[in-house]
Amino acid sequence: MPSLAERQGTQPVGALVPRLFRVANRRQDTADTFTMMLEPLDGVALDFVPGQFTMLAAFGVGQVPISVSSDAMVDGPLCHTIRDVGPVTHALSRTSVGDVVGVRGPYGTGWDVAGGENLDVVLVAGGIGLAPLRPAMLEVLHHRQRYGRVVLLYGTRSPEDVLFADELKRWENLGVEVLITVDYGTPAWDGRVGLVTTLIKRAGFDPHSSLALVCGPEVMMRFTATALIERGVRPERVRVSLERNMRCGVGLCGHCQYRELFICLDGPVLPYARVADLLGTREL
Amino acid sequence: MRTIEQYLPEHPFFAGLDTGALAIVCGCATNVSFAPGEFLFRQGQPANQFFVIRRGRVALQIHGPAVGTMVVDTADAGDVVGWSWLVPPYHWLFDARAVEPTGAVSFDGECLRGKCEEDPRLGYQLMKSVSQVMLSRLTAARVRLLDVYGKANSVSPLLSPLLAEAEATWARPRQAGATHPGATNAGATNAEPG
Amino acid sequence: MDEIRGMVLLLPGLQLLIDLLRERGWSVVGPTVRDGVVVHAEIESVDQLPHGVGDLQDAGSYRLRERGDAKLFGYVVGPQSWKSLVFPSRELLWSGHRDGNEVDIEPAQVDAPHLALLGVRSCDLHALGIHDTILARRAVADVAYVARREHTFIIAVTCSDPGGTCFCVSMGTGPVPDKGYDLSLTELADEDGHRFLIQPGSERGEAVLDELTTRAAGDEVLNSARADRDTAREVGDAAAQRMGRSLDTDGLRELLYRNVESPRWEDVATRCLTCTNCTLVCPTCFCTSVDRVSDLTGAETQRWRVWDSCFTDDFSYLHGGSVRSSAASRYRQWATHKLASWVDQFGTSGCVGCGRCITWCPAAIDITAEVGAIRSGEG
Repeated sequence: MPSLAERQGTQPVGALVPRLFRVANRRQDTADTFTMMLEPLDGVALDFVPGQFTMLAAFGVGQVPISVSSDAMVDGPLCHTIRDVGPVTHALSRTSVGDVVGVRGPYGTGWDVAGGENLDVVLVAGGIGLAPLRPAMLEVLHHRQRYGRVVLLYGTRSPEDVLFADELKRWENLGVEVLITVDYGTPAWDGRVGLVTTLIKRAGFDPHSSLALVCGPEVMMRFTATALIERGVRPERVRVSLERNMRCGVGLCGHCQYRELFICLDGPVLPYARVADLLGTREL
Repeated sequence: MRTIEQYLPEHPFFAGLDTGALAIVCGCATNVSFAPGEFLFRQGQPANQFFVIRRGRVALQIHGPAVGTMVVDTADAGDVVGWSWLVPPYHWLFDARAVEPTGAVSFDGECLRGKCEEDPRLGYQLMKSVSQVMLSRLTAARVRLLDVYGKANSVSPLLSPLLAEAEATWARPRQAGATHPGATNAGATNAEPG
Repeated sequence: MDEIRGMVLLLPGLQLLIDLLRERGWSVVGPTVRDGVVVHAEIESVDQLPHGVGDLQDAGSYRLRERGDAKLFGYVVGPQSWKSLVFPSRELLWSGHRDGNEVDIEPAQVDAPHLALLGVRSCDLHALGIHDTILARRAVADVAYVARREHTFIIAVTCSDPGGTCFCVSMGTGPVPDKGYDLSLTELADEDGHRFLIQPGSERGEAVLDELTTRAAGDEVLNSARADRDTAREVGDAAAQRMGRSLDTDGLRELLYRNVESPRWEDVATRCLTCTNCTLVCPTCFCTSVDRVSDLTGAETQRWRVWDSCFTDDFSYLHGGSVRSSAASRYRQWATHKLASWVDQFGTSGCVGCGRCITWCPAAIDITAEVGAIRSGEG
């Protein structure tokens, strides 16, 4: 028989309450993109696998899902590379060292880089999509001998929007084939101009024996996946990272549903073969 | 370095041509090279050539008062450059500038046009190759038109009071009298919409 | 259990049941009439239940009527399902206090009162089971929902007068409650009098029945439980024949998946106002959002979990615009989710055939008719 005292539950709501992190450092990457380095106030590091995201909260403004961009295999601050596109990301862009933000997570499926063991690994990044792929590249480089050729194909809007330029050079020096292209440039740019899919035929990887990880705007991922498969990469070895409106990040709020998939639970990383038909459906 | 007769048959653009057609095409071709900064052709000039890049990089540029000079495409080894030789009034629509030391095979477009008129079979084979490459370049150009990496719509005016509020509470303490750009005294709404 | 226990209550016996539950600390919530609608409210007396009330439901139409008898459950479901009691439309998640750079977060206390739900129809019982799966049994559970469901005592009731928009038979969810209840009632009103066959469905229910047996006097119970069990079965059988709507669920998931581009979605969009009524009255809808509430200084902030609807313009907003901006895509999303994707996600259909979405749609859109049109459109 429930007593009067037992009539009221006293349990917290757990997964929907954010942990507090302090901005330990920040870096402006391009005009509209910046990287935050966060340290937990309670000292407990947030363990994640490459490809996962957190729900970042700017107190007083709101919360957004952002992929983690730090090195998963090394102790250090939790990094997020963020593009200023709305009120919450704008508020986050205005934080300074010492400010406190809320973090929930990590959530979602990872790139499963280990699935590319003994294969060539091709990372195709579009715009800010390079940020969620960075932990995957770092994981490959930590275990370089497990993989064949490693290729990064990176397309972005203009030369001023190239992210992590110094790190890209470091990766080249470590033997990664890095091909970059922009949508348009000025004559001062002597690199490639054109859609990122045009890089696929130029890179030196064996499509029949490759794992491809693709991240960027959905239109870019559709064309890229098609081009990879046309070149001979097996559809089940192409992985994409999808994005939908998210409010909770744990499969309860229903916003991120993509037909029967919850992007926060079944994704964001999904095999292309699983979503090829869905990607072709308007307004899904 | 291979001769033109050795190089062209292995090039995907010419793969659909039979031996006779290939011979005709080779007859209209010559090797050329460009130093960085040199133009292969300039906008407005008569278009009577096209190029297959063997090595190096060529930038396609357009210029205008508001735009300045913008590079809208680049061609690397193996790419075909130049289509205006096929379509009247046969004038170049863009500049093509060598970005690096560039070697290419140059084709006499006027001569080839004549040969295609005489031999429609040659013309049809060439058109099939041309249309494939044109479709892929058109598609790529259209996707880039979407500006998928571009900035999304600016912040809705409905939400800017919230932004101002966030800025006001987030900003470092200021000296008295200094104003913070963008801050308004609009009363903060009590609930975020939706 | 080789024999289902049961007893027969007269109206005073039903009052005794209510009193007994209240003594044990349960607040009893049951159907009442207010503003021309049957709604749920806390009750203390059987007098507060709807006496001799019936309902007439059709697409976009709801009316109460006088039955001319004394039955307490001679109608079906009103606009409310029981979900607002265990899954409230607004729930505080946490409060935050900011002082410069010091932020303090206080998770909210969960309010989980002991509630006895009187008169839960089989469709709504299935809906509660569906919410149990979604909110309580997945990787991350809604802790507040779990606490409240542990404090829920369910008295189900067999429908005797299904409505014009009912189709629980098509969905396999009624009209007789089969499991998930503590007690189940079947109301009988004939030459043998106005009485209620009551059966237990759980240990808790059995314990209550035991106490009822001990405390009941002659004017509260009858002893002819066995004969009445057959009569009660007939009530359920008769109700099953009187469904106002039907839905062919054969291959329904595949049907909707392959008709993602059906012209019917554009057609329904010419009528659908995206008003979200259907999702509000639906007992299985579970989508929510998070409201931020702050004071003027931004020093105090709260996060509230609130009901949301896939029919709203910004439900699918993704920097730059909404993925589902057309009414056609939103109706398609709701219907396909409810009847198809739900099966892949949770193992059952999301629809329990309660008919509320049909009754309460201001444009009189009928999901059974829309799906039927898609099916016949395949020729």
